[in-house]
Amino acid sequence: MIPEEFIRSNLEGISFIAPEIILTLAILLILLVGVVLPYWRYRLLFTVLALAGLAGSLLPLWKLPQPAPDLTYLSKLFVWDWLTFFSKPFFALVGVFTILLTQVTGEIDNSEYSECTILVLAVTMGMMLLVASTDLLMIFLAFETMGILSYLLVGIRARDERSGEAALKYVLYGAFTSGTMLFGFSLLFGLAGSTDLSEISRQVVLASQHSQDRLLLIVAILFFMAGLLFKTASFPFHFWCPDVYEGAPTPITAFLSVGPKAAGFVLFIRLFYPLFALGPETGAYQAISGLEWPSILALVSAITMTLGNLAAMHQNNLKRLLAYSSIAHAGYLLMGIVALSDLGLRSVVFYLVVYLFMNLGAFGVVTMVATAGGSEDIESYRGLGTRAPYVCVAMAIFLFSLVGLPPFAGFVGKVYLFAAVISQKIYWLAVVAALNTVISLYYYLRIVKAMFLEKPTEAIQIQVPLSSQALLLALLVPTLGLGIYWQPLARVVSRMF
Amino acid sequence: MSYSLPSFLVVSSLLFCLGMYTVLTRRNAIGILMGIELVLNGAGLNFVAFSRFLEPSQTTNLLSGQVFTLFIIAVAAAEVAVALAIVLSLYSRMKTIDVEEFKQLQG
Repeated sequence: MIPEEFIRSNLEGISFIAPEIILTLAILLILLVGVVLPYWRYRLLFTVLALAGLAGSLLPLWKLPQPAPDLTYLSKLFVWDWLTFFSKPFFALVGVFTILLTQVTGEIDNSEYSECTILVLAVTMGMMLLVASTDLLMIFLAFETMGILSYLLVGIRARDERSGEAALKYVLYGAFTSGTMLFGFSLLFGLAGSTDLSEISRQVVLASQHSQDRLLLIVAILFFMAGLLFKTASFPFHFWCPDVYEGAPTPITAFLSVGPKAAGFVLFIRLFYPLFALGPETGAYQAISGLEWPSILALVSAITMTLGNLAAMHQNNLKRLLAYSSIAHAGYLLMGIVALSDLGLRSVVFYLVVYLFMNLGAFGVVTMVATAGGSEDIESYRGLGTRAPYVCVAMAIFLFSLVGLPPFAGFVGKVYLFAAVISQKIYWLAVVAALNTVISLYYYLRIVKAMFLEKPTEAIQIQVPLSSQALLLALLVPTLGLGIYWQPLARVVSRMF
Repeated sequence: MSYSLPSFLVVSSLLFCLGMYTVLTRRNAIGILMGIELVLNGAGLNFVAFSRFLEPSQTTNLLSGQVFTLFIIAVAAAEVAVALAIVLSLYSRMKTIDVEEFKQLQG
């Protein structure tokens, strides 16, 4: 006999996943429309439906109760805290920009467009579920929803060999690392006898005092890292990143470089902080003694950013260059995780929001130039500044923001990250990151120099349509705005931790 | 003859190691997928073994381990379906499933 209380609490819990339910309904609707109507003709219709679904998924947020750190629902599968609350509009925004980017650039054929919108919506739903999960089972399911569907997204251009090759590499690496992470989950389940994170964290504290169990915990932590470092494209699981980013359609690349990466970092916060750290006491956490994961991650962070930046220096394909730059940014973001403080966590979330705009913008320019008659090579950017000044100025701003130059948003984000590690007295990491910023200046400036200071090798006409320019503006405004007036975002972020 | 928890853990660790070895050494895409299956099944076996042998207490819910394994089987099927679809579409164009033949993306 199931107690009535149990049924009632689960029925109430359903209202908390209303955003995901609405997204699912939108997916089903698009699927239905794609079957009934000749899907190759109604590109705009699918765009409108997908955007309506994403916007609609945010409507229930205003009706739901105030988030609280320990407000769990659906048998403790999910938590309704401020991080969950704000991640939903964040991921919806990533989805909106991706769909608009695919719509305006036409890099994905009409024949594949309806599937593309469906997959983008489904991955977005997976990410929304992932950041809310507080149960190993739910984390695994959401992680795989996000993963499996993004393999398909990479390979969506069925007739393009490079797209297929990228998808194959992505699926083989991805399935293996998520399998490894799952093995780590199974060890943790054996230790705690439960899949609920709050219960596991209690058992971990007890277990860390026995040397045998501590060994098991260290193995589990290493296995977790495999899955998470893969999703965030960090050393030593970054090999897939340049190949996949180059082979995938550019709007999808932009999507992957922001969405799943952000989800991976949030999962770092969700898994490592409650399970393997104590606190917060006056804003600082402490790793459970015997489990030195922050020092491992600090090393990973330093290697990741150095490796990404060094490899980016001699790339001539812009998508590959930005892929290595995104590896380097994973390194910067890990600094915030390593800092073990509320300030560090805030800086990660702040930087992710900033990164959303500037990275989507940079990839957006790449796809706009490539589809408007140019190519992805740095060659075709030579002298572009005189022929398409608006696009080039936009690109320069996105790149400067990625470097972290004032007065752009990337600068503020980086200041927060640096402040986080310095306030925790991890000076060597701050020095490494500062040196890396200087290195990164070189290759970002190479693009800017090609655009404005070099003569074009051939007279390619670049015509960027008005819709693309409007989309660029929508990404430019926050990149500039958050660089000058970032306090509202900082205030929102500081509520989370 | 009765079996205890360690014997299951030994088997699952072996499955995991064999899977890892397969993934790292195989050049055939299908072979790598089989290695991934082994890793996933090692994890699944762990969950079942733990939920069978651990002492139940007030705070633990050991049935969730067996449920977890059912989910793993379903997800692994979905993952392999996607991977095989990708391999198939590549094979129809490249006439090979040797992963070292795919080197258009390099640099």
